[in-house]
Amino acid sequence: MHNFNYHRAADVADASGKLTSLDDPKVLAGGMTLLPTLKNRLAAPSDLIDLAGIADLKGISVEGNEVVVRAMTPHAVVAASAEVQKALPALAQLAGNIGDPAVRHRGTIGGSVANSDPAADYPAGCVGLDATIVTNKRKIAADDFFLGLFETALEAGEVITSVRFKIPERACYMKFRHPASGYAVVGVMVAKYGAKARVAVTGAGPCVFRVAEMEAALEKSFAPASVADIKVSPEQLMGDIHCSAEYRAHLITVYARRAVEAMV
Amino acid sequence: MDIDVKMTVNGKAVSGKVEARTLLVQFIREHLRLTGTHVGCDTTQCGCCVVHVDGVAMKSCTMLAVQAEGKAITTIEGLAAPDGALHPMQQAFRDHHGLQCGFCTPGMVMMGVDIANRLPGADEKTVRHQLEGNICRCTGYQGIVEAIMDASAVMNAARS
Repeated sequence: MHNFNYHRAADVADASGKLTSLDDPKVLAGGMTLLPTLKNRLAAPSDLIDLAGIADLKGISVEGNEVVVRAMTPHAVVAASAEVQKALPALAQLAGNIGDPAVRHRGTIGGSVANSDPAADYPAGCVGLDATIVTNKRKIAADDFFLGLFETALEAGEVITSVRFKIPERACYMKFRHPASGYAVVGVMVAKYGAKARVAVTGAGPCVFRVAEMEAALEKSFAPASVADIKVSPEQLMGDIHCSAEYRAHLITVYARRAVEAMV
Repeated sequence: MDIDVKMTVNGKAVSGKVEARTLLVQFIREHLRLTGTHVGCDTTQCGCCVVHVDGVAMKSCTMLAVQAEGKAITTIEGLAAPDGALHPMQQAFRDHHGLQCGFCTPGMVMMGVDIANRLPGADEKTVRHQLEGNICRCTGYQGIVEAIMDASAVMNAARS
């Protein structure tokens, strides 16, 4: 790991100021992706700005029809939260299956969302559950937030402060877990909001995406058979040493169907 | 530029000067000379480096020493009683032959204690799932799982 300057941000404004004034800074949240990246010398930021000391970036609340998770809340806390388990069990279940227990104790929702890893679980949670990403500057709909491979709508000096998930009637997240890393080879979040349905897929493309054809079919009839024959084209999907794009396309249909099966 | 860090390790206040990039496991092993905590993969996969940070299991190879400022750390050296009596988890690993070469053992024992603390009465399937961040290439896990279930029961009984 190349050395860097380390800063403990006093508050979000301080972090944002340092992000815009320093040479080539990066935000340090839980560090579960950033530190391995630095160790491999895939990045060499001049400065790390640690958010861990900012007390109001931690915690969970249910406000009206939303579950609000503050940015520095670790996955283990979301998974074990009685409030989340009651209001939005699919989100607790998603958080409880990220990585391994030691990683869940440290990794944070803000870090995961800001990274837009193509195989991360939270992006499917955000888009599938019609979330709003709240930053120190604005509110961004999850649909407009994830732009591509490790690319988001975040601008310079922008820091995620919380994620607000819309509570659905029902939701379910199903993933084909990579047996070594725990990352999603394919993960599908299906949610039902009245007559509306959302289907968000992670692990398969350059970043999370929705499957409009499945959503329309579920809105006509919310049943496993509605999605069982809908194929996603492998053209825009990823193929790697783990499996081909065609296999990922196949998994999307299988896991969408299983998610709906678990909900009806 | 060196940074001053202060933390509590196994109940003792410690301090040192580290580079920003110094990992917590390096601080524990190379500065404090507590070499019970191991580095297996150095990539957050194997769990040999698991320690407790404020009572919760974390991988010390994927945490900076400066991130542990002010925290209470427990390493494998801090588990046994001052008179040398083994912690129930250590005793159970011994009784159930939960180790062979011993390299993964410090992390396994620390994760075992964490599992027993968080999930008292966890069944075998749960224990196996909870061990997914700890890799053992000798034992086939059978003895390790038995040890954690056994020690978990002993720890439960001591709590009640």
